[in-house]
Amino acid sequence: MAERSFKAEVEQLRLGDGGAFHGEGILAVTKALLQAGVAYVGGYQGSPISHLMDVFADASELMGELGVHFESSASEATAAAMLAASVNYPLRGAVAWKSVVGTNVASDALSNVASGGVTGGALIILGEDYGEGSSIMQERTHAFAMKSQMWLLDPRPSLPVIVDMVERGFELSEASNTPVMLELRVRACHVTGSFVARDNRRPALTVAEAAEAPVRDPDRIVLPPANFLHEIEKIEQRWPAAIRFVQEHGLNEHFGPEADEIGIIVQGGLFNSLNRALELLDLSDAYGNAAIPIHVLNVTYPLIPDEIRDFCAGKRAVLVIEEGQPEFIEHELNTLVRRAGLATRIVGKEILPRAGEYGGAVIRDGVAQFLRAHAPERAPAEAPVAASPALLPSAVPQRPAGFCTGCPERPIFSAMKLVQKELGAFHVSADIGCHLFSILPPFHIGNTTMGYGLGTAGASAFRPRDRRAIAIMGDGGFWHNGLTSGIGNAVFNQDDNLTIIVDNGYSAATGGQDILSSRARPPGRKTNNPIEKAVRGIGIGWARTMTRTYDVAGMRDAIRAALTSEEKGPKVLVAQSECQLNRQRRLKPQVAKAMKAGERVVRERFGVDPDTCTGDHSCIRLSGCPSLTIRPNPDPLRQDPIAHVENSCVGCGVCGEVSHAAVLCPSFYKARIIANPDRRDRFRQRLRGWAIGTFQRRAARAIAARSF
Amino acid sequence: MADRERITIAVLGLGGQGGGVLADWIVQLGKRGGHATQGTSVPGVAQRTGATIYYIEMIPAGGAAPPVLALTPVPGDVDIVLASELMEAGRAILRGFVTKRTELIGSTHRVYAIAEKSAMGDGRASAERIVAAAGERSKRFIGFDMDAVAERTGSVISSVLFGALAGSGALPFPRIAFEDAIRAGGKAVEANLRGFAAGFDAAQGKPEPQDEDVRTIIPTTDAGRALAARIEADLPCEARLLALEGVRRLMDYQDAAYARLYLDRLDSLGSNAELIAEAARHLALWMSYEDTIRVADLKVRASRFARVRGEVRAKDDQIVQLTEYMHPRLEEVCETLPAGIGGRLLASKRWSDRLAPLFARGRHVETTSLRWFLALSLLAGWRRWRRGTLRYQVEQARIEDWLSLIRASDTDAAIELVRCQRLIKGYGETFERGLGNYARIVERYRAGGLDAAGLRRLREAALADEEGAALGAALAS
Repeated sequence: MAERSFKAEVEQLRLGDGGAFHGEGILAVTKALLQAGVAYVGGYQGSPISHLMDVFADASELMGELGVHFESSASEATAAAMLAASVNYPLRGAVAWKSVVGTNVASDALSNVASGGVTGGALIILGEDYGEGSSIMQERTHAFAMKSQMWLLDPRPSLPVIVDMVERGFELSEASNTPVMLELRVRACHVTGSFVARDNRRPALTVAEAAEAPVRDPDRIVLPPANFLHEIEKIEQRWPAAIRFVQEHGLNEHFGPEADEIGIIVQGGLFNSLNRALELLDLSDAYGNAAIPIHVLNVTYPLIPDEIRDFCAGKRAVLVIEEGQPEFIEHELNTLVRRAGLATRIVGKEILPRAGEYGGAVIRDGVAQFLRAHAPERAPAEAPVAASPALLPSAVPQRPAGFCTGCPERPIFSAMKLVQKELGAFHVSADIGCHLFSILPPFHIGNTTMGYGLGTAGASAFRPRDRRAIAIMGDGGFWHNGLTSGIGNAVFNQDDNLTIIVDNGYSAATGGQDILSSRARPPGRKTNNPIEKAVRGIGIGWARTMTRTYDVAGMRDAIRAALTSEEKGPKVLVAQSECQLNRQRRLKPQVAKAMKAGERVVRERFGVDPDTCTGDHSCIRLSGCPSLTIRPNPDPLRQDPIAHVENSCVGCGVCGEVSHAAVLCPSFYKARIIANPDRRDRFRQRLRGWAIGTFQRRAARAIAARSF
Repeated sequence: MADRERITIAVLGLGGQGGGVLADWIVQLGKRGGHATQGTSVPGVAQRTGATIYYIEMIPAGGAAPPVLALTPVPGDVDIVLASELMEAGRAILRGFVTKRTELIGSTHRVYAIAEKSAMGDGRASAERIVAAAGERSKRFIGFDMDAVAERTGSVISSVLFGALAGSGALPFPRIAFEDAIRAGGKAVEANLRGFAAGFDAAQGKPEPQDEDVRTIIPTTDAGRALAARIEADLPCEARLLALEGVRRLMDYQDAAYARLYLDRLDSLGSNAELIAEAARHLALWMSYEDTIRVADLKVRASRFARVRGEVRAKDDQIVQLTEYMHPRLEEVCETLPAGIGGRLLASKRWSDRLAPLFARGRHVETTSLRWFLALSLLAGWRRWRRGTLRYQVEQARIEDWLSLIRASDTDAAIELVRCQRLIKGYGETFERGLGNYARIVERYRAGGLDAAGLRRLREAALADEEGAALGAALAS
C-alpha cells in the first residue's frame, strides 16, 4: 500500500466520452493509456512518476475488466524487458520510471528492444528528475534516445497535449516500429489541469490472447546477422517513417506570426516558461499570442529536417532554448541549417546558461540578450541595476532533507555514530533511499553512493586488513538488484565487509510501495519473504536480524560485533523496523477508532525537563528528529536554548535510548498516556496518586519554607 | 504586463506542513471563482522535512484560447507569497519572489533548521532580520505566529494561512468562497474552519487574546527578604535582577546559607557593574551544579508532574506514567557519597572495577511508580547532607579557584573568564568535555599572554565542534 491512496483518481479512470478529467499531469497519462487501448503496463516507482504506478496498483479491478495487465516491476530493467511483448505481437505496452537513473538501469533491455524494433506500440514514460527539487545526477535522457534511436516526445505541459501525445506516441511507435519515450519534467508531472476524456479501449489483443498464439520472427532477435540488419532498418526504414509520421500529423506546433527575421525553437516542455518570459518582455500574452515565431518541439528527437528548413528560411537568427547539456538539439540544428544551405545563425548556449534548469527568469534574460544582438529595435531596455539584496544567503538557514519524525533509520545511524566514537571512522558506502540522508547533518555518515542497490558493490574494492568497510543498503535496493550485485558478489569474491540492510517494509523513499519483504499482504502479490533468508540462501554465513532498530544500544553492539568479529567473509546485518510514515498512516485511523469506541488506548511520547536540560544539544546531534527541537531557555539565568520535544512526537523512543547509550543526560522522559483507563489502571492510579501526593505535598511545604 | 489579470501565488513551506493541502484549496478556490487555475509542486525528497514550493497561477476563465500558465515562479513576478514559517518567508525574499508588488503573508514562528538545533551553544538565526526585510521588501507584510493560532484553535498552520490569505483581501473572492473550498476538501472541516476564522481575523488586524507575562521576583520568606535587602544595598543596579534570580535559585537548590555564600562571593569580586552582573549569572549557575540530588529533587516535584501533564496534553481522565532515562555512572554515585568514602572508592581500582559494572547500564526509572518515587525522594532529601558530598567539595574548590583567577585579572579578562562558565554544562561525558575545554582555556590563560579578546575567541572555538578540533587549532595558533 502506497503512502497516498488514489481511490478518487481511480474513479476518474472510468470516465467516458466527454467527461471532464481533473488532476495532475502524470494521472492524465494513466487515463490516456487506457484510452489508447494499452494491453500491459509496468514500471518502477520513483518521483515524479510514482503516482502513475500507485494509481494503477489501486485500479486492479478496472484493469481486470479491461483485460489490461499491470505489474510493479522488480526494476527498470525488468520493466523495459517487458516491452518484449510488443516485439512479435500488436500489443500496446507502456512502462514508466524516473529518469535518468531508471533509464540507466533499463538501458540493456532498451537497446535490445530498440534494435529489434516493435510491432505493437511501445511507450516509455519518463519522469525527468532534472532541476530544482531533483535528487539525482543532472543528465539528459536525450542521449539515450539518440544512441539507441528511440523517439523522444517532450510535450507542452498542458494536459490535453500530454494526453494526445500518449495516443500519438503509440501510433508513432507502430508506424516506425520503434519504441517511443515520453518525457515529462517534474512540474509537468504534478501540474494540475483538466482534459475532456474519451472512452477506455479494451486492447484489440490482450496479453493472454497473445500467449495463446505465439508468433516467432528470428529477425527481431539481436544476434548476427539480424543485429546488422537492425542498424540498416533503423536508418533506411524506421527513421524516415518516424519523420513522415511526425510531419504528417503535425506533432510539433507553431506559435506567433508566420514570417519574421528572427525566431525561437523550444523544447515542448519549456514552452510555458518561454511564453511567460516573452510576456514579461511584452512580446506575448497569457494565451500564447507571441510576437515572435516559435517552433515548439513536442518531438525533440528526431528533428524534422523539412520543418527546420521551413522555419529557419528567411530568418537572420534563431534562438534555440534547450535545457541541459550537452546541447544535442543545437548541434543538430546547426547541421540541418547547413545542409539546407541556409545562413541562419543558430543561437543557444552561447547566451543561455550551459547548465541548470531553465525557469522563466533564465529564459527572459536569454531572450533579451538574443534580441539585443539580433533585433535590437525589439529588445527591452537594459534592466536597472538590481537593488542591494535584502538578505544575505547566510541569514536564512539551509534545510537539508532529513529522516521523518520517528524514522526507524535514524537510530541505525545514531548507533553508527556511537560505534565510530569508540572505534574511529569507517569507510561507508551508501546507497539510494531515505537512508542516504545519513550523509547530511547531523550524522555526516557515508562516503559515496553509486546507485540504487549498489551500496555493497560500492564497498567491494575495499580489502580490509583490520578495518572493515561498511555498506548500507535499503530493502528496496536489495530486491532491485542488491541481492545479486552486492551480496552475491561479496560472497563469491569473499569480501570481508559489513552490509547493513535497512528493512523498513516498504520502498519508502518512492512513496511506500510494497516489495518482496513487506509485511503487508496485498492481494495478487507474494510478500513476507525475509531478507535474512535470502542472504543466507545466497551463501552469507554471518547474518543477523535486529527486529527493533530503536534499541540504539543493541544496534550499536550488533554493529560493533560485526566490525570486530574474528570471522572472515561478508557480514549482513538486517535492521528491521517499519517505516514510521507508513506506520502512522496505518495506525492513526485504528487509534482514533479505538478512542472513539472508549477502548483503552496507550499513547507514548517523549519530553524534556526544561530545568535539567543545560542546552548542549548532544541529543540533537545524535538524532536530528524533526520533533526534537530547541526553544528559548525559560531559565532566566541560562542563555543557550534548551532541547524540546514537540507534540508531533510519535514516541519511537530514540531520544531516550540515545541518551542512555551515549550517557547524555537525565532530562528525557517518556510519558505513557493511558486514555480510557480500565478498572485496574484506575485502582493502581488512585493508590499511587494518594501516596505520591502525600509525599509531594510535604515536600512542597519544605521547599516553600526554604524558598526565596 | 502593466495591467494584467493573472494572479501568481507561491507557497513556501516545509515538507509535511500541509502546503499541498493549502495549494489544493487555492486551486479549488480559483476554479470555483471562475478562474482558470493551475498548481504545481515539486515533491520528492523535499517532502522529507526539506523546504518546498508550491506554485499557483489563475486568470479569469473565458479567454479566447486556453491560457498558457507557468510552472515556476519568476522572481519579480509573484503577486502573493504565503510562507508557513519565518525562515521560509526569508527564503522567498532571498529568491527574489518578494517585491513591491508582493503581498507577503507568513507565519512568524520558527521551525529550527538542523544547523540551528545542533549547535553546541546558541545557533539560532536572527528572526528580527527576516521580519525587517519582509516589511521593507514587500508591498505589505502580514505576519503573525500562525503556529500559536493553530495550536489555540486546535487546527493546522495551512488553514490559518488560508484564513490570512482571505483576510488580506489579496484575492478577488469573498470569504464564503474560501470556506467552501475547505468544505469541498472534506477533511477535518470543522477544525480547518476554526483555524481559518482565526487567521482571517488576525490578518484583518483583530487583536489576539494574549496572556501578559510579567516577571517579578517578590520574596515570600524572612530569609528571602533579608537577602533581597542585602542585594538592594550592596549590588550595582545592573546586577540586581540576576542576583535575585541567583538567590532564589540557590535557596531552592540548597538553603539560605548557601545563598548568602553566593552573595559573599559576589561581594568579593569588586564593584565593576558589568563584571558583577555577569558573575551574578554564572556564579549562580555554577553553584547550582547538576548533581544527582538536584536531578532527583526536580524530577519528583508536584509542579513537574503537572507541567508534564500539560505538555503531553493529557486530558483529566487520562493517566500519565513517567519513565526517566537515567544513567548514573559510578562517578556520579561516588560523588554523592560523603567525600571520604566517595573519594576512596573512586581512587581504589579494585573497588571501582568491582562496582562499575553495576552502573554501566542506563536505568529506566518509572517516577510515577511508588518504588522509584520513594527512591528518588530519598535521594532528593540527601540535600541536607550535600555539603558533605564529594561533588560539593570538588565543585566548591573549582569555584574558588575560578573566583581567585577572576579577582587576579583585569576587568575585561575577568568578564571573559566569568563567561567561560558557559562551557561547563550537561552530564556525564558532555560535562567532562565542557569541563575539559574550560580547563584547557584557563590553563592557557594562566600561561600568560592571553587577553580578553583571546579568551573570547577560545571560548567560541570550544563551542564550534564536539571533537574539540576548533579549540585545538585556536590553542595552537
